[in-house]
Amino acid sequence: MNLLKKYSQSTFFFILIFFILSILIPKFSFFNYLIEIPNNFKLPIAKNITIITKWLIEDANLGIFSFKQFTRAIGSILDVPSIFLKGLLATGFKFEISSGESILIQPLSWISIIFIFVMIGVWLKDISLSIFVAISFFYVALFDLWQSTMITFSSIIIAVIIGIIFGTFLGILSFKFNKINKILTPTFDFMQTMPVFAYLVPALMLFGYGPAAALIVTLIYAMPPMARVTKNALDQINSEIVELGQMVGCSTFQMFNKVLLPTIKPRMMLGVNQVIMLTLNMVIIASMIGAGGLGYDVWTSLKQLRIGQGFEAGIAITLVAIVLDRLSQKIASRRPTYDRGELNFFQKYKFFIISFFVIIVTWLIGQRYSFFFALPENLTFSSGRFWDRIIDYININYHSSISLVRNFFFIYLLKPVKFFMLSTPWFLFVFLVFIIGLRIKGIYLGLQCSILVLFIALTGFWEKAMITLYLIGVCVLIANIIGIPIGIIASQNDRVHKITKVIIDTFQTLPAFVYLIPVIMIFSVGDFSAMIAVVLYAIVPAIRYTDNGIRQVPESFIDVATTAGCTKFQILRRVQLPLSLPDIMLGVNQTLMMGLSMLVITALVGTRDLGQETLIALSKVDPGRGITAGICVAFIAITVDRLINAWSQNRKLELGLN
Amino acid sequence: MKKILISFILPVVLISFILGSSVRAATPESKDPIKVVIMGYSGDNIIMQIYGELISKLGYNVEYTPADYIGQFAGMKSGDLHIGSPGWDTTAKDVMADAWGSGNVLNMGNIGISVFEDWWYPLYVKDKCPGLPNWEALLDPVCAESLGTIETSPKGRFLEGPIEWGGTGNLRIEALGLPFEVINAGSDAALGADISAAVKRKEPILAWTWQPYWLPAMYPGEFVEWPEYGDGCYDDASWGPNPNKTHDCGNPTGFMWKSAWAGGESIWPKAYDVWKKFTLDEKTMGDLVYKSDIDGIDTMDVAKEWIAENENIWSEWLK
Repeated sequence: MNLLKKYSQSTFFFILIFFILSILIPKFSFFNYLIEIPNNFKLPIAKNITIITKWLIEDANLGIFSFKQFTRAIGSILDVPSIFLKGLLATGFKFEISSGESILIQPLSWISIIFIFVMIGVWLKDISLSIFVAISFFYVALFDLWQSTMITFSSIIIAVIIGIIFGTFLGILSFKFNKINKILTPTFDFMQTMPVFAYLVPALMLFGYGPAAALIVTLIYAMPPMARVTKNALDQINSEIVELGQMVGCSTFQMFNKVLLPTIKPRMMLGVNQVIMLTLNMVIIASMIGAGGLGYDVWTSLKQLRIGQGFEAGIAITLVAIVLDRLSQKIASRRPTYDRGELNFFQKYKFFIISFFVIIVTWLIGQRYSFFFALPENLTFSSGRFWDRIIDYININYHSSISLVRNFFFIYLLKPVKFFMLSTPWFLFVFLVFIIGLRIKGIYLGLQCSILVLFIALTGFWEKAMITLYLIGVCVLIANIIGIPIGIIASQNDRVHKITKVIIDTFQTLPAFVYLIPVIMIFSVGDFSAMIAVVLYAIVPAIRYTDNGIRQVPESFIDVATTAGCTKFQILRRVQLPLSLPDIMLGVNQTLMMGLSMLVITALVGTRDLGQETLIALSKVDPGRGITAGICVAFIAITVDRLINAWSQNRKLELGLN
Repeated sequence: MKKILISFILPVVLISFILGSSVRAATPESKDPIKVVIMGYSGDNIIMQIYGELISKLGYNVEYTPADYIGQFAGMKSGDLHIGSPGWDTTAKDVMADAWGSGNVLNMGNIGISVFEDWWYPLYVKDKCPGLPNWEALLDPVCAESLGTIETSPKGRFLEGPIEWGGTGNLRIEALGLPFEVINAGSDAALGADISAAVKRKEPILAWTWQPYWLPAMYPGEFVEWPEYGDGCYDDASWGPNPNKTHDCGNPTGFMWKSAWAGGESIWPKAYDVWKKFTLDEKTMGDLVYKSDIDGIDTMDVAKEWIAENENIWSEWLK
């Protein structure tokens, strides 16, 4: 009796009942309405969203001008800096002097751009950074990707700068005003988890085909981390610093500008890093709606199955990401020097002056000699068919053993899980989520989460949502089974730590398309290929958070354990792992977010999930359908996020951390 | 500091004006850039680049804009894109009809290339399914099983394009009682990758392909021969071998159509006139696609080469 009581209180007990019921209920046709939602229950959400969006685009009026004119105006303002930068770095400027006669001013020379970046490295007193930057840019020039890289570079820089400014601003707002925070937090959740294809149609309609729409779409996805990080950083500011500011009589602006911002700068760099990485993640999608550049190179090469070329351009994207990230980190952590008073003008600005001369001289020569604005074709290089041959070799020689693995996974994992998810009654699922929420934090969380799940059921996308959950669930499971042990090993060994860091940085920025096509060639179209692509991307946070979490366990705990005579393994098992469990769980949470953001990719493989729904909506130009499917994805993400976070908070309290 | 900047910039700008190469060409009506869509498929790229280079000769300012096949029609409707990449009857009939019907997009005629899309297999599949190319060979369960994968077994797999292309594979399978199951590739890239990998390892495959396209040009294969499409097959059940079902026939063939933003005709009338006159025959198109896809020549170079060699053809369009 006691045992039963104990079990009835545990979540485990409910999950067990859930499993039994979900297997039993489908056996009785009596419960049919619990399995499939009756049509008259479904809400016409997609239809209404389409109507609203169409109204917004076609009829909405803001007095003297229409809503569309308003957004178009914003779009053309946003275009100005990117068109200028693109001209300066990549395409040059064309001027008309009289009718029919025009002159072309060439862009800045590649030599000067490489030079400037190397000089920035020298200025930051980091020669290894200079070398890395130089190698990256030479790679780009040698592989004949210079112009594309510069186009990408210019659009990225604009997006990152706007993202940082807006993000910081919104972060400050939500720090200052609790009400705004309550609105913004779920908005950010939406922005980050909605598949891009969901809002591509309205963005195209409102901002037009071209760089502005691409910029908006990129910002929607890449800006939220900046705001979140800013808000968190401000939250964690020591009140003494604020008091000091008040004592010396700062105005509100001075308080932010001189006291708060410098204090939180190191934390905010994490946000900058995320904005850069996420912006680069969007490069391919942006190229589909008129941004061009490296993303377009990757996408078209893969369309024509030129894997080598796709790979070359993909690596260039990764290099741009790493260069930007390292430079921004370095600039942010630079310490100001104070003994500059004695230097004369030239000494003070020597880097600036030298760079300026190099830019002008190479640029002027470049007007006449093409060598200076583009490396001549006979000097460029391509790995050509090398990568294609490797894939062919694997495909031809190892296919039979590879398909054994694939078939094993299909029969024993993918197929049964999919079957189970699809046959589980929706009602039971809503109830299960309620119970879990209730057990973790209370009735409020339970209700909140189960309403979100109920909404998905009522949209009529239940089946596709279940396929999404099945696919992403399996991927998250595998990513964590592989990723957490790697993270543990990396946390114990500095060399492994360094190597894995390089690898996971690469996987985070290398466009998934680059490895998607080879994966399909080897494993052919289907859920398994999608799974591999998702796992490769989602494994990154599993490794990173585990590694960081264990490394951040306070030294004192380990010292105590060592004095108590624990072996290294015992320390890991009894001290480090339990204490870093909340962090590891946040990593699990992140793998799920990453997995969901890969739905766009899985749709391109051919899975029948919500990602596919957004893709269909895109081609049918049906904004409502896409947005509704996007909302479902966001709701899945938010539900899991809330549950894991609440659990992780509980755990932290129990452990006396925080 | 300011002084230095100014004293640098002024001469620089002046010098660059002198050095800068000046171009003189025939006077077009407007120098506003004409946005010409390129999608990244070699065949379409070549067409658009031939056109773009030709109107550049007339002095127009051409801007090649990357866009998506279906998405470009929304772009043309709003005037963000001007000259559209060719739309195919087989895949974009509804979208084109919708765009032309809106009044914002012009139908500029067909290019003169008929397009064809249907079920395709590499030649070695005939060993397993001896009756091919006749469709009845696919009724044989042994043939079907040899074309199957773990997902479809014991049925055969028919690999179709992305679901949003509106393929009718399921309906045809049902109408003709074929022991096959449709698996959708999510994108043209995925479809091409799967087919090409299967052909390389000589694995039987049955998939959706079209012409002109590099895949059927590169690998020896054939299209399945179905009861020929006729009016009524898709909407009249009594039509065709199965009196109770529609879709008991092959895919209708069609053409490649030229589209353009309606508002541009008054801005660049001459350029629009050239686009209306623009035609290519199938043989030429096939050769051009081959050069790009099999010989690996850049599409822009292929386009320029064609322009250099065929002045007698295009000079008519520019008149």
